[in-house]
Amino acid sequence: MLSIKNLHANIDGKEILKGINLEVKEGEVHAIMGPNGSGKSTLASVLAGRDLFTVTEGKVTYLGHDLLELSPEERASEGIFLGFQYPIEIPGVSMVNFMKTALNEQRKHKGLEPLSSSDFLKHMREKKELVELDTNLTNRSVNEGFSGGEKKKNEIFQMAMLEPKLAILDETDSGLDIDALRIVANGVNKLKTPKNASIVITHYQRLLDYIIPDYVHVLYDGKIIKSGGKELAFELEEKGYDWLKKGVAV
Amino acid sequence: MSSEIINIENKTKFLDLYKENINLIRNGSPDYINKIREKAILVFEKLGIPDKKNENYKYTDLKKEFENGFKTYLSPKNIKFDIKDIFSCDVPDLNTKVILLLNGWYYDRENPLQELPGGVIIGSFQKAMEIYPELVKKHFAKYADIEKDGLVALNTAFVKDGIFLYVPKGVVVEKPIQIINVLMDEEEGFTSHRNLYILEENSQASVVVCDHTLSATNFLTNSVAEFYIGPNAQFDYSRIQNEHNGSKQVSHLFFHQERDSRVTDSTISLHGGLIRNNVSAHLNGEGCENNTYGLYLTDKGQHIDNFVFIDHAKPNCVSSQLFKGVLDDFATGAFNGRILVRKDAQKTQAYQANNNILLTDDVDIKTRPQLEIYADDVKCSHGATVGQLDENALFYLRARGIPKKEAKLLLMYAFAFEVIQKIKVPALKERITDLVEKRLRGELSRCNSCQMHCCNP
Repeated sequence: MLSIKNLHANIDGKEILKGINLEVKEGEVHAIMGPNGSGKSTLASVLAGRDLFTVTEGKVTYLGHDLLELSPEERASEGIFLGFQYPIEIPGVSMVNFMKTALNEQRKHKGLEPLSSSDFLKHMREKKELVELDTNLTNRSVNEGFSGGEKKKNEIFQMAMLEPKLAILDETDSGLDIDALRIVANGVNKLKTPKNASIVITHYQRLLDYIIPDYVHVLYDGKIIKSGGKELAFELEEKGYDWLKKGVAV
Repeated sequence: MSSEIINIENKTKFLDLYKENINLIRNGSPDYINKIREKAILVFEKLGIPDKKNENYKYTDLKKEFENGFKTYLSPKNIKFDIKDIFSCDVPDLNTKVILLLNGWYYDRENPLQELPGGVIIGSFQKAMEIYPELVKKHFAKYADIEKDGLVALNTAFVKDGIFLYVPKGVVVEKPIQIINVLMDEEEGFTSHRNLYILEENSQASVVVCDHTLSATNFLTNSVAEFYIGPNAQFDYSRIQNEHNGSKQVSHLFFHQERDSRVTDSTISLHGGLIRNNVSAHLNGEGCENNTYGLYLTDKGQHIDNFVFIDHAKPNCVSSQLFKGVLDDFATGAFNGRILVRKDAQKTQAYQANNNILLTDDVDIKTRPQLEIYADDVKCSHGATVGQLDENALFYLRARGIPKKEAKLLLMYAFAFEVIQKIKVPALKERITDLVEKRLRGELSRCNSCQMHCCNP
């Protein structure tokens, strides 16, 4: 589904990603872990198409497309979803209008008719229940005045609405209490099918108690320095990152 | 009816125009008006047309605009048309009778004044001067100070016609009154209408004014409106300015508010080559509330200049100003918001905000808050921002599959919405929502409700 080969990216001339290689297949859950500043969020942003970053080398293939050639909206319509680490507040744009526009634009891209208002509302009601999102929140402006936990839940709600093929969740678990974390993880698990895949970026092993990854990768200084199964997460929990960092230094 | 067509060029031309046509100008006006007229022309002779050296007109060059060969309308020009043929208002729930000014003259010459239930009078100002001298005498030229602005003096010197509205004590006009200012002629014209609104104690009314150009010729307007808002009266005044790019207009609104009165004035500037809106409110009693709002969407070479002056003369009044604008292409603009809190005006609350979004590097906006506070127990705030669309928000929308163009529109609309939601007439709010969306999409090449293609000649 997604194939990243030797990806290099920089911001303002400073290299952040220094040769990432990653293969993600249908039905898989990949966890990317690593200390602060290792390039986790940059990787997520580059995959979603944020133009703050310049790709200097490498290739990303997604479902047969050269991903780097696509605009952010094309990527989204092709099924890529980025769950933001820091969701943006947009005063004046209602959640309903936002989701309706997004959903119908994606449908348009696929050559489908827009959803009728009643179908849209039904769809929204179902997905809201999935992530236990307060009804009042969808009547408000996008993320405006939402608490940290509500913002993260809202990301999963949007993911549920848009039904992506590849979800990239950028530290969706940070700043959540255990109840919110369970709801978020539960949402992700319920949305999992043999046809879609997720890349879960996290700083804390805790999330992986709820979302069981098929693969765990450790990102450090712009490179994946170790990959393994879910047992790698437990090892990291015990030993921290230092033993791996030493390996790189040597 | 005959039409007097006279070319004008500058201050001297206006003075000559006045002298040469003194009989025509005085004719039909009562003596008390002509006395004020004489004083006004002398003041105009002294002040002239404000140029950029005038601190209040620093950012808008009017001298150039008034040095044209436009003809002026000293008597109504007889253009026959059926209002229904060219203009059908699709704002529901407004008073069905449309009040129309054509080139500054009350259109319905057969029925110049109408009486609405409760003794409300609406119609031609010219006729009202004659029929209701006591009312007019009491308020005319009392709030629009000729000494402070040459253009107000000019308008006063040439005063002929415009809108007159009188709402007696305690009367509530349920439905909004719609007034349409139409500019239409084969020749370039200079219009200067004069309007007087009197709302007595405890009365309530709302007025919607639409400025339209119905022919592609160039126009210049210099209009003055005076509003007397009596004790505990409430008045909502919404304007939609939608003229073509060959039209230039200067408008002067003077609100005089008595105690506990509430005024909301919203101006939505959709189109116009040059727009200068002067709004001045004198809060002359305790407990007044004044809301002055503006939204301007400009592009190409359009110029918009909003100049607001709120005079807190008495204690315990609240005023708030919110002006927001989106400027595209190489449009230019200015906002000047002056708040004066006089020595006795304790417990004043005065707020002001001006936010601008610049879509290109070639646009230019000057924003200038001026607070003059002489009382010591007041709450005042002001803020101005000039910026681009939020890149983070734009990316967030695009990352959900919303195309860039659409995402930008959503953000611009969200920005404008803050002003639109303050409009009190629900039907009008919907209509403006629609117009603003169309305007932002660039689809407002002509007014939706009119058959003429005048906005983009």
